Amino acid sequence: MPHLAVKDVRAKYGSLEVLKGISFSIEKGEIAALVGPSGSGKSTVLRALMGLTPITGGAVDIAGETMNYSSAKEVRAARDRMAVVFQQYNLFQNMTVMQNLTLAPLKIKKWNKSEVMSEARRLLGLVGLSDKADAFSDQLSGGQQQRVALARALALKPQILLLDEVTSALDPELVNEVLDAIRKLANEGMTMVIVSHEMAFVREVADKVVFMDAGQIIEAGTPTELFDTPRTDRARDFFSKILRH
Amino acid sequence: MDYKFQFGVVWDNFPELLEGAWLTFQLGCFAFAGGAIIGLICAALKTYGPWPVRFVVNVYVVFITNTPALIQIYFLYFGLPEVGLRWSNEACLIIGLTLNAGAYLTLILRAGFLSVRITEIEAGQTLGMSLLQQVRYIIVPHIAKSIYPALANFFIVVLVMGTSVGALIGVDELTGQAINLSSVNYRWLEYFTVVAGMYVVLTFVASIGLALLGRWAFRVKARIF
Amino acid sequence: MERILEQMPRFFSGPNLILLLESAGLTLAMTVAGCLIGFGLAFVLVFLRQTPGLWALPLRFVCILYVEVFRRIPFIVVIYLVLFFIQTVTPNASLFTIAVIAICLYAVAYTADIIRGGLESVPLAQIEAAQAMNLSRLQTNLRIVLPQAWPVIIPPAIAFAVSFIKDTALVSQVGVFELTFRGKELNNQGYSGILVFGTIALCYFLMSFPLSMLGQYLEKRLATPRGQRRSRKIWFT
Repeated sequence: MPHLAVKDVRAKYGSLEVLKGISFSIEKGEIAALVGPSGSGKSTVLRALMGLTPITGGAVDIAGETMNYSSAKEVRAARDRMAVVFQQYNLFQNMTVMQNLTLAPLKIKKWNKSEVMSEARRLLGLVGLSDKADAFSDQLSGGQQQRVALARALALKPQILLLDEVTSALDPELVNEVLDAIRKLANEGMTMVIVSHEMAFVREVADKVVFMDAGQIIEAGTPTELFDTPRTDRARDFFSKILRH
Repeated sequence: MDYKFQFGVVWDNFPELLEGAWLTFQLGCFAFAGGAIIGLICAALKTYGPWPVRFVVNVYVVFITNTPALIQIYFLYFGLPEVGLRWSNEACLIIGLTLNAGAYLTLILRAGFLSVRITEIEAGQTLGMSLLQQVRYIIVPHIAKSIYPALANFFIVVLVMGTSVGALIGVDELTGQAINLSSVNYRWLEYFTVVAGMYVVLTFVASIGLALLGRWAFRVKARIF
Repeated sequence: MERILEQMPRFFSGPNLILLLESAGLTLAMTVAGCLIGFGLAFVLVFLRQTPGLWALPLRFVCILYVEVFRRIPFIVVIYLVLFFIQTVTPNASLFTIAVIAICLYAVAYTADIIRGGLESVPLAQIEAAQAMNLSRLQTNLRIVLPQAWPVIIPPAIAFAVSFIKDTALVSQVGVFELTFRGKELNNQGYSGILVFGTIALCYFLMSFPLSMLGQYLEKRLATPRGQRRSRKIWFT
């Protein structure tokens, strides 16, 4: 039984159908990468999984439980099992790094305070920012903020981690520090769904690549299959443009 | 509460209220237009004038914007006769409101002057525009666009808050008419409810007019609501 | 001119000055009470206006209508409406109470727009990040949106309250013993209009100007990013 199964998920912005039935699944510890041209609906898939974009059809299985996001309770249940890191970090501006990390574990999950604090410190160490616990986000570089956002997501102990173009807003020299942190997570066996334009990185860490265009999945498979021997014209066209550099 | 609303008597005197509304509208327009002229001159002096002139303008603006319009008008109405200047109550109201609006409009217009960017003027110069052409095609459209919403908003303020002060020195604008008429037959609540409604309609019409004007003349989207 | 000079010693006598001080205090008290209560109620109005869902449509409509209508009615008309309405309901309400209610009703309409502007200045992404962590609407507003909206809300709210010190002059019309009323009274006693209203204008100026300066200072200070503000504090201590 897959750890995450997305089953025929559909979404609309007004009358425009942005997800036209998306289905894919991954096992525990696997990493799926959503790739495709901008506007293809990759990020919308993650937003739909987090209940930020309402879905108009379909369902999602997480560790054997089915959720169809039809009620506030179901959306809460889904959010309880997953965590997301956004392209623009979206750290809470009015809080320190430590407060960002501990807000939801303390106030929403109501976990034990001393455990939450020590776990938060461990995660800051993991992303290499132990000395920034009391900093505000406007005192950090983009790469540092994104690593804090990663730690904040991990502090929720999610069963699945969603990463939405986490390096796209960063200066080139800061990209690697964030990718390194994600590599560590991959090695620890975290189940992840990644939206990324870093094809070399996708090839390195992903177990499954899902190529999307215009709100549909065109082709899915292992990185080698998709990058080296794409079966569809659209995938071939896209990868030949993007991998040439 | 066993109060019985009787609007009949208000409708009988509705033409007089309409006259008041018309006077309110005229007063608002005059005060705003006069204030705009003062504001334009003072804003230009405050931005480009030598320091003694800037100082005088600053004193005028700071003092007017930090004291009530009502007191300024009382000063003209009760104070000036002592030095031999005896103006009618309408004249006191118009002059007081104009001076008052002038100070606020100085601030609004100055913000517009400051919003003109040097790079845009330089771009105009590189295109070989004369000074007049720069003013006509770059500076005025830019200022109009950046301050039109504030100007439109302030017109409504003058029209409502400004002119109604006149009622307190016996000018028969809309609020003044309401006070006059209701003190005859004590239907205060009815009169003031109707008058409140008339103000809403009057300013709403003015807002729509201003929005259309802005769109037509300056291609600005001013908010009606 | 001679008349003014002649009246000056008598006008600036002890009892008159005390009266003026008391009246100035009353003006300030009315403004502060009315604006504070109005500010609180404006928050309620804004939150009601943001209630999601179809069933709340009439509620949202009423909130918008309230703000739009009150911004288009002169304060003096509001004062009269409140005066006569309250006197019809409870004939022995004090004039001060009536004045505060009128100020409050007016302040709600104006500060509601200021608050809404402040809340809307917080990026949607911040709210989504909170939602993704399962924070409720109330939690998101209290912990994420409001703390970030304060710096945007406070300066214009103070500016509004300070400007309202002046507008309370209109309350004199219904007989509250505030500054303007006192001025008219002294003028009726035969003191020169120039002397009286010049002094009253100065009193308003002395209240309004320093407070508006304070507002501008706060605006500048709150505009500096939090990080720099903190480190500056550490520098000084």
